[in-house]
Amino acid sequence: MSLSADDVAKIAHLARLAVSPDETESMGKELSNILDLVAQMDAVDTDAVQPMAHPLEMAQRLRPDAVSEVNRREAYQATAPAVENGLFLVPKVIE
Amino acid sequence: MHTKTIAELSRSLQSGELSSTELTQHMLQRIKAHDDKLNSFVTVTEEAALEQAKAADARIAAGNAGPLTGIPIAYKDIFCTEGVRTTCGSRMLENWISPYDATVVANLRAAGAVMLGKTNMDEFAMGSSNETSYYGPVRNPWNTDKVPGGSSGGSAAAVAARLCCGATGTDTGGSIRQPAALTGITGLKPTYGRCSRWGMIAFASSLDQAGPMTRSAEDAAIMLGAMSGFDERDSTSAERPVDDYVAALGTDVKGVRVGVVKEFMGEGLDAGVGRSVQAAIDELQKLGAEIVEISLPNAGLSVPAYYVVAPAECSSNLARFDGVRYGHRCDDPKDLEDLYKRSRSEGFGAEVKRRIMIGTYALSAGYYDAYYLKSQKVRHLIADDFRRAFEQCDVIVGPTAPDTAFGLGEKADDPVSMYLSDIYTIAVNLAGLPGMSIPAPQSAGLPVGLQMIGNYFDEARLLNVAHQLQLATDWHQQAPADFA
Repeated sequence: MSLSADDVAKIAHLARLAVSPDETESMGKELSNILDLVAQMDAVDTDAVQPMAHPLEMAQRLRPDAVSEVNRREAYQATAPAVENGLFLVPKVIE
Repeated sequence: MHTKTIAELSRSLQSGELSSTELTQHMLQRIKAHDDKLNSFVTVTEEAALEQAKAADARIAAGNAGPLTGIPIAYKDIFCTEGVRTTCGSRMLENWISPYDATVVANLRAAGAVMLGKTNMDEFAMGSSNETSYYGPVRNPWNTDKVPGGSSGGSAAAVAARLCCGATGTDTGGSIRQPAALTGITGLKPTYGRCSRWGMIAFASSLDQAGPMTRSAEDAAIMLGAMSGFDERDSTSAERPVDDYVAALGTDVKGVRVGVVKEFMGEGLDAGVGRSVQAAIDELQKLGAEIVEISLPNAGLSVPAYYVVAPAECSSNLARFDGVRYGHRCDDPKDLEDLYKRSRSEGFGAEVKRRIMIGTYALSAGYYDAYYLKSQKVRHLIADDFRRAFEQCDVIVGPTAPDTAFGLGEKADDPVSMYLSDIYTIAVNLAGLPGMSIPAPQSAGLPVGLQMIGNYFDEARLLNVAHQLQLATDWHQQAPADFA
């Protein structure tokens, strides 16, 4: 499996990562090597095997639809890069 | 006093022979004197530690103490700690101060443990050598030119060098057991769901599990008892009672069926490590255990399956780090997409980016069935191998890692070679089983780990077998000369 420069750029965009042109070639090689490792699974027939949903076959637990946590907005926003009036500030996206 | 185990120190504290304040001051002094050679701590919480020690002394005086009360421990920097920086080994969280404690931290705090600080780790727990931390590599106390293993390498090095009495670690593909093996300590990854994952920064949610890193199985039993338990805030937490792990340590191993994995003892295993592991198995036989050969025919597929499942889950979990709500934000972003891309690219290191990219690819349209679904099917095959094996034996043993500690930088340019460091540990995470690593005889002056794997929630038996072996041998008592 060999990823092209275009593939690397497309994956980087989906992952919201910036990969510079200098890094693209080496990143492509490293990812291709990992995919070669992963390809070892192709040797085993899994057509009749169920995918493993949970190691303990546990079902998702349910709880009453009721508020159980106190409001800690100020504490959680204290570490944000920028907030104003209880809102997270982000750069303008519409001029 | 740093040469004593948690169990020994606890007796000294309770008898009044020693105070937690004295013990904590001693450990803080050792960190100051030795950690510049190891880089095992990211943050040392001296003031808080002394306050907690004072409170522990009062609790002991009031006759309200447990076995961990007043014992100084360290937390891997992946555990959220209220009011204390939690970096996860990343620039992304360089200045992030958690507004809450992880449940594991809260449980240990309630038991009276004293927090010395936060230990260095591979960035977001991604690594097998502890070289991917933004805060620099950790060094192995047995040979500071070697790695301590990863990703809980800071915790492992700190425990091995006697800078703390015990530490927490997390294990997604071997990150407690492999560094425990490479530094000569005892590390236990419990059954998936045994310890709450709430407040533990998520890497791969279906694999991550917290566990203790200590100098003996007895100490691991003490710590695990305090760390474990159902937590309603973690939807994957197991709703079952916690065994009394310390009380379970008194049974001999006569008649215990010990399965040796034939696929783990051949090709790919360093000869010296193989001899050490065999010596530990022989000792178990001398103690009365019945040795049986078992097979895990699909274990060879565990590394390929892991490198789809773990990156897929990490790409999803790490999407939250976008520069908006917390963490690193780039300067002067020109729009929202620029904010996301530059914040993430500046905040994450190379290994984290590599795994996010692989995970994003594996989950992208057209590739999901070929990669993610296939891996989850292979995962079932691996778990079924273990189910069959546990029909023939009670405990499975083999090497923890294929080699002793390798040199700093030796595998840094070859991710696939690095990934194979966890070749014997990953299958346990994929199946969700408990596993531990305890010291076997050393090879060429470096520690070797004996891996022991138990059936689901059978940590008590695992700890007892390890304890019986440690009662009969002194492999776990060896200390690195420069830190003795």
